[in-house]
Amino acid sequence: MTARRLKAAFAFSPRRVAAMMLRYWYLLRSSWPRLVELVYWPTVQMITWGFLQYYVMQKAGFFARAGGTLIGAVLLWDILFRGQLGFSISFLEEMWSRNMGNLMMSPLRPFEFILALMVMSVVRLLIGVIPVTVLALAFFGFNLYGLGFALVAFFFNLMLTSWAVGIFVSGLVLRNGLGAENLAWTIMFFFLPLTCVYYPVTTLPTWLQPLSWLLPPTYVFEGMRALLIEHTFLPHLMLESLALNVVFFAAGTFGFLKLLQSARRNGSLMQTGE
Amino acid sequence: MSVPPAIEVERLVKIYKREPAVDGVSFSIAPGSITGLLGGNGAGKTTTIAMIMGLLAPTSGRVTVLGAQMPRQRYQVLHRMNFESPYVEMPMRLTVRQNLRVFGMLYGVANLADRIEELAEALDLSDLLDRPSGKLSAGQKTRVSLAKALINAPELLLLDEPTASLDPDTADWVRSWLERYRRNRHATVLLASHNMSEIERLCERVIIMKKGRIEDDDTPARLLARYGRHTLEEVFLDVARGRGERREAAQ
Repeated sequence: MTARRLKAAFAFSPRRVAAMMLRYWYLLRSSWPRLVELVYWPTVQMITWGFLQYYVMQKAGFFARAGGTLIGAVLLWDILFRGQLGFSISFLEEMWSRNMGNLMMSPLRPFEFILALMVMSVVRLLIGVIPVTVLALAFFGFNLYGLGFALVAFFFNLMLTSWAVGIFVSGLVLRNGLGAENLAWTIMFFFLPLTCVYYPVTTLPTWLQPLSWLLPPTYVFEGMRALLIEHTFLPHLMLESLALNVVFFAAGTFGFLKLLQSARRNGSLMQTGE
Repeated sequence: MSVPPAIEVERLVKIYKREPAVDGVSFSIAPGSITGLLGGNGAGKTTTIAMIMGLLAPTSGRVTVLGAQMPRQRYQVLHRMNFESPYVEMPMRLTVRQNLRVFGMLYGVANLADRIEELAEALDLSDLLDRPSGKLSAGQKTRVSLAKALINAPELLLLDEPTASLDPDTADWVRSWLERYRRNRHATVLLASHNMSEIERLCERVIIMKKGRIEDDDTPARLLARYGRHTLEEVFLDVARGRGERREAAQ
């Protein structure tokens, strides 16, 4: 690869990233049902699990001590799930509107596209989750922001995982068309039992626990339980999660680029239907 | 010193699952010219254009556009070219102005607001700028797609059926506009179309494709003379139905 070609391929333009963010912002603000949908499910989930926790706390001594673990898990799970969904939905908007050809033919670089999708996933997530955290405080007295610095570490690690998965799924959809769309909605549920969102890793069969520890969110949920039950923040868990996330993110990006290359070979960029 | 071609295609092949969609196509297109790509459905026009744009990687052969090899060196030239095709659409929920703003930013257009106003005036879109793209008629959408294709004042414009859904009056107006744009900008235009009168009027050269190969390549006047026909449509039918080959064999 010549220096000129490398420079052209990796020339970063904040204006192109801003263009894509503007495109998604226009889209988001043009449709109130889209905005309502962002808040609706997290609210329903939080209220359901909140009442369940309230009931269990009255009956079981352990949960009485471990106040907030279920609501905390629900909110952190939503960060992971909604982060990936926010990324994937922005990407799918291009497929649904048959705009991918226009973008792939424009000077927009793949990593600028990915960066714009990452920023928009945070925007969508904040629109959906901030009102829910306020409701959790009002209804159940659970203050997510009371986690302080730990919340920043949890959030950052969960977002990294959600982006890595979102990037890889986008590559699959690009390569296989909208027939692979369902993956965007369901892939994160693979992580739900294995990352031990609602229970400690020790609950899993011994043979499954090593697999669980290979997934970065496991460390976040274990860290959250340690913080809420034992009032101890375990930084090593966050560092281990970060290290795994770097691997996941690199693998997701590599997979996306390879799938994009394959789509360019087999003509999927021209046919964005099923 | 000779001027390098705007597009150079050498022994281009694209095979899908052992079926050749484009089979050994070679041609070069001079800067500032308008060339028509004619052919029936499945002739390989769209596949050829997609490889010229860098959207599709060839199985073998070589495409050079404005001096850059496609798709490997596409980022060196994508900002100097643009396209319009019925196979892609503008995001429907965004207004025309929002769409043009987004694409203008992607192409790094300077003085973007002025450029949008200029294009809106030229393509008669001023009253539509603040309407959602999805609520426009087919003809209006085509004009918006054309505005997107011209947002960066491209040196190379690739058009796939640019007047397909327009009424005759608007289609004629768009053709005149394209002729003027090509002349004023000294742009190179490659146009795939089924509309023979459009090709006859706009193009100084016609490449006829059939089953992934080039069947003929000449000026409209010479094609008419060679096939002994009065219109390109008749020439096209001769090629499509194999009558040209039979005539040549008989001669």
